[in-house]
Amino acid sequence: MNTAFAAEAINNEVQHGRVSTIWSEAIVYAGRNLAHIRQIPEKLLDVTAQPLMFVLLFAYVFGGAISVPGGNYREYLIGGILVQSLSFGMMGPGVAIASDLTEGVIDRFRSLPASRSAYLLGHYLAEIAGLCVAIVVLLGAGLAVGWRAHAGVGEFVVALLLLITFATTMIWIGTFVGLSVRSPEAVQGLAFVVVFPITFLSNAFVPVNTMPSVLQTFAAWNPISVIVAATRHLFGNPVAPITTHSWPLEHPVVAGFGYCALLLAIMVPLTLRRYRIRTTD
Amino acid sequence: MYESSVQHTQTHGRGSAGGVVAHGLGKRYGDLWALRDLDLTVAPGSVLGLLGHNGAGKTTAIRILTTLSSPSTGHASVAGFDVVTQAAAVRRRIGVAAQQATVDGLLTGRHNLEMVGRLHGLARSAARARADELLAELDLGDAAGRLVKTYSGGMRRRLDLAATLVARPSVLFLDEPSTGLDPQSRGDLWGMLRGLVSEGTTIILTTQYLEEADRLADDIVVLDHGRVAAQGTPAELKARIGSDRIDIRLALANDATRAAELLYLLAGGTTSFDPETRLLILSPKEQVRLIDVVRALDAGGIEAVDLNRREVTLDDVFLTLTTPKHEREDVFA
Repeated sequence: MNTAFAAEAINNEVQHGRVSTIWSEAIVYAGRNLAHIRQIPEKLLDVTAQPLMFVLLFAYVFGGAISVPGGNYREYLIGGILVQSLSFGMMGPGVAIASDLTEGVIDRFRSLPASRSAYLLGHYLAEIAGLCVAIVVLLGAGLAVGWRAHAGVGEFVVALLLLITFATTMIWIGTFVGLSVRSPEAVQGLAFVVVFPITFLSNAFVPVNTMPSVLQTFAAWNPISVIVAATRHLFGNPVAPITTHSWPLEHPVVAGFGYCALLLAIMVPLTLRRYRIRTTD
Repeated sequence: MYESSVQHTQTHGRGSAGGVVAHGLGKRYGDLWALRDLDLTVAPGSVLGLLGHNGAGKTTAIRILTTLSSPSTGHASVAGFDVVTQAAAVRRRIGVAAQQATVDGLLTGRHNLEMVGRLHGLARSAARARADELLAELDLGDAAGRLVKTYSGGMRRRLDLAATLVARPSVLFLDEPSTGLDPQSRGDLWGMLRGLVSEGTTIILTTQYLEEADRLADDIVVLDHGRVAAQGTPAELKARIGSDRIDIRLALANDATRAAELLYLLAGGTTSFDPETRLLILSPKEQVRLIDVVRALDAGGIEAVDLNRREVTLDDVFLTLTTPKHEREDVFA
């Protein structure tokens, strides 16, 4: 047993730092997050029950009072709710990482020979898996209330790709927030003060041209609006016309991917720097 | 960063080249030096006790040696590898138990250990086998499948210790390992650490308990405000500090000088007096019977309210080591 162990440990030494090693370490970290969800299933409510509630609320309560030119409100709604739910996907990694930092578990990980980037990658894998579940749940709910995708399979796949890219962006933002706050509770506070208004000051639930003109300008340039519009466009769902001139909103698919790329280009280096600062002293 | 295969074979075997060396190690936070000029040589398979109060620099020293913190001055090597430039190699050979148990409360005990094993590069089956082995060894077998947040403080600490042992480290760092343990578990822990040492593991542990350092350590470093106050084997330190103290609470503070003189004639050694509490502490040079102390005081017409013989505490160590000798003798002059 001892010799076998030593041989394996040396073998590991040779492999250390290789991409395959980082990947398998990340899977171990992700497995930890999934075990957390098994213990506290409420963690998944953010990305499942809450969006479902929004679907029902807007489809049956508010929806009747909102009219969308050139289409059915329930078809209009699904793109908005998808993007809004994924925006709140920043809370998952934010809370999880802030908890690890306050509980000192991170010191245990740091004293292990595993790669440091594997820790962040593990959180990412677990969170993106959770958000993919959310996408499936919401599309299922959409089908139930009468939503359909009318465009081709190609467009549908591009829509999913865009949603996953957007989810990735929000996870990185959440990771940055988690590494920056002093307590996990602060993440929730921040989400409701910042993410909540930004998702509502968009075309997610109502056509932009019903808003006062200042808000219209904000909403027309809001990345949330652009990604929502792109999703609707790619699903072949109604996209309400806008009166404000906005290049991104006129080219939603390109601009949607562009916004994500821009945010990632800013957030990834910032987050890695923050991670280095928080884990060295 | 590059490690030759020769180094592996030399350093991987437990006990061989598994020691710790530090030169002029220091850590500064702003204007405050948490640790200054620490020199250490810990032979493979021996135990070093870092003794000191909270804030003495013990944890800082451990964090630097375990690669969690980088030194502001000096350098150190663990198991033959530099803690700064070869941190990854160091991490592969050490086990660290921090002051607070760093186990995940939302995982089961077994999952915690498996996770650590897999992050050490063990295959799933090997990690599982090692986890079960350690759970049995640390008497956590029955609780293996339970969530750690339901564990008692002592169980958490044992699991934390198990996590540090997963990869059979050649150097083990334990930051105040017996804090929060009942006397029974403390005894078990000490027994287990002795077992590891007999198999060749090097251990550096911090403690606030003199008794713990005395029982376990081959060498003791006393830290005070980030600096080394004394260094030596337990026997050497005892020779300097003495092994017991006699506390005498006087009825009148004015009697202190005369009482000190009488006690010096009786037992030699030194005394210290705190006028506020009227507590006279005798550090006898030779063995002295309590009854002789009573007789000496009585003969001198000095009234004592209370009299008590006790073991040396960490406070006594600092009182003896950090107060210059002449000051102690001149207290009553």
